[in-house]
Amino acid sequence: MADPRSGVRINLYALTFRLPIIVWQFLFFIGPLLFMVAMTFFLVQNYRMEEAFVFKNWDRMLSRNFFWDSYVYTLTLASLTTVIATCIAFPASYALAFKTSEAVRRWAIFLLIIPFFTSYLVRTFSWFVILAESGVINAMLRTVGLGPYTMLNTAFGTVVGYLTLTLPLVVILQTFALSNVDRSLIQAAQNLGAPPLRTVFAVIIPAAKTGLIVAALFCFILSFGDFVAPYYLGGSKPPTLPILIIDTTKSGQQWPRAAVVAVIMMTTLITIAFTALWLAYRKRASR
Amino acid sequence: MSEIDKSVKSGKKSILTPSRRDVLRYGGAVALSMPFVSRAWAQTTEINMLAWYGHGEPDIVGEFEAANNVKFKPKYYAGGDNMLALIAQSPPGTYDVILSDAEFVQQLNAAGYIEPLNAADYPFDDMLHEDFEKFPGHWKDDTLYSMMVRCGHLGVSYNTTAISAEEAESYKCFWKENVKGKVGHFDWHLPSLGMMSLYNGNGAGLWDLDDGAWGKVQETTLSLRPQVGGYFDYGGTFNSLKNGEMLAMCGIGDWITGVLEKDGAPVASVVPKEGGIQWTESYCIGKGSEKADIVKKFMQYMLSPEGQVKSAQMAAYPGFAITKAGRAKLNEVDPKEAKRTGQFDGAPNDPITLVKEGRIHYRDIPKNQTLEDWNDFWSEYKNA
Repeated sequence: MADPRSGVRINLYALTFRLPIIVWQFLFFIGPLLFMVAMTFFLVQNYRMEEAFVFKNWDRMLSRNFFWDSYVYTLTLASLTTVIATCIAFPASYALAFKTSEAVRRWAIFLLIIPFFTSYLVRTFSWFVILAESGVINAMLRTVGLGPYTMLNTAFGTVVGYLTLTLPLVVILQTFALSNVDRSLIQAAQNLGAPPLRTVFAVIIPAAKTGLIVAALFCFILSFGDFVAPYYLGGSKPPTLPILIIDTTKSGQQWPRAAVVAVIMMTTLITIAFTALWLAYRKRASR
Repeated sequence: MSEIDKSVKSGKKSILTPSRRDVLRYGGAVALSMPFVSRAWAQTTEINMLAWYGHGEPDIVGEFEAANNVKFKPKYYAGGDNMLALIAQSPPGTYDVILSDAEFVQQLNAAGYIEPLNAADYPFDDMLHEDFEKFPGHWKDDTLYSMMVRCGHLGVSYNTTAISAEEAESYKCFWKENVKGKVGHFDWHLPSLGMMSLYNGNGAGLWDLDDGAWGKVQETTLSLRPQVGGYFDYGGTFNSLKNGEMLAMCGIGDWITGVLEKDGAPVASVVPKEGGIQWTESYCIGKGSEKADIVKKFMQYMLSPEGQVKSAQMAAYPGFAITKAGRAKLNEVDPKEAKRTGQFDGAPNDPITLVKEGRIHYRDIPKNQTLEDWNDFWSEYKNA
């Protein structure tokens, strides 16, 4: 006979560990998110936000071409960065996971974490010295009779900035994902005569799929919401959605309209994140 | 036998015969209370300032702080809208002294955010130009609400290796082939669109645009888009001009190039033949401030010859002196800076002469469109 108390009594032990994260989520994610959604219906009168329930802000933002231009541009650049970061990071992660000793891997991970010790803004500004027309790259190109090329204040500059932010993280996440691949699967593939590239694409990547997709997802999320790179390295030309948020708040203190942009960004990110996670876990769930 | 001897003999503790532990205890207590004693004795007054960056820095307020035992607590903003929002969201009396762009003073006053001033407290008889005495929006029904303290001019800012001084005499130089992709914008619609309006020949009516004129301003601005290399904040503008990434800059003036020029960079700013725009900064006393007297003293200090020199030499961004005594003092203590900025009688680029000749127009807000309209177009322009 089942214990009548089970399922009814509050498990204080479990609650002790669960409650902080629930409270944290409500205080710092759900609460602000709900407030942000509510804010999109507010009005600004004399630079002061007033509670209201009107669709004026949605109408105004969504009917502007510049909003959709920024949306497409931000989505494109973040997607491009995700593809580039994933492709560049994979060989490095593969080498760290399969071709190096444990000690080397540990040191490499440590070195990949080091950039996060310094401010991202400082790291971004340091690209000025490298990418400027009078900078290091153009100076080197000049020696072989090339250039100068304009790299700052372009989409290229923005992507470089995005990669500065995301690449170390993608390498770390991919390395962890690849390190967890069951070695016996790789050996089995090799024993069955699969060439190295086929082993990578038919065995390793599918086995590490979840981790690789999560790494790409983090890259996309960070790039999509970044303000620093498109502003300082991209010259705000054209502006991305985070820059549009700043522009909207700067003139007329239109926080409700900025909240509309933010809600659309959040919706996009949540949709992409759930799609990515569905893709990541799809096969596993069907087994 | 004295009381001390008695207590020593009896082994009873007395304050006059402290044990080692007592010495540590009382000594510690005294040491810990020192900061409070010193604070109570000194009574440093804190002044909450709302201003553009640089106004609460030691090069401007340091001497005043030392002489008057006050400490400025600056809160910096970027743009008049931002300033109004910060005040609107704070309880009355939060800010003791507010530095405002002149075009926003009227809105500060209309919203009741500032205290009236006594005109007799300020050197109105010493102004370099009569306009500065009754500056638009600073007075209401003969009551003074804000005191102008400095100004500067916006025009063509350029790299002297790419644009000649003659070419810089017109905004047309922004469309030059050799600066394609090298024209930067200070990322604020008001000065840049104001300049486009001047280029279109709107002169004194640059802010008073009917639909047709506004449409033409948009057209002219969009035609500049292929030349544009980026939109920058103060730091970005500074950097891109310094490293030669941008060869011309729309929407700024000597307030940025002056700092670079003093550093040896080949940049300059001029007021072109179509006219320039004046930015004007004024001090106000925040509504409900309990430190109005010391703030008044500070405003008087900033309008004194010494204060005017400090303003002209401000590390963050220089501004013109607006009083005769201030200009005289600048010529006396820093003739190089006075010469560089034309702040002496007879200078061809004397800012006061430019105002008198009608080549300078005070920055304002659009008369027939809302700031939102201008901002919307600015976003559209950035995306074009």
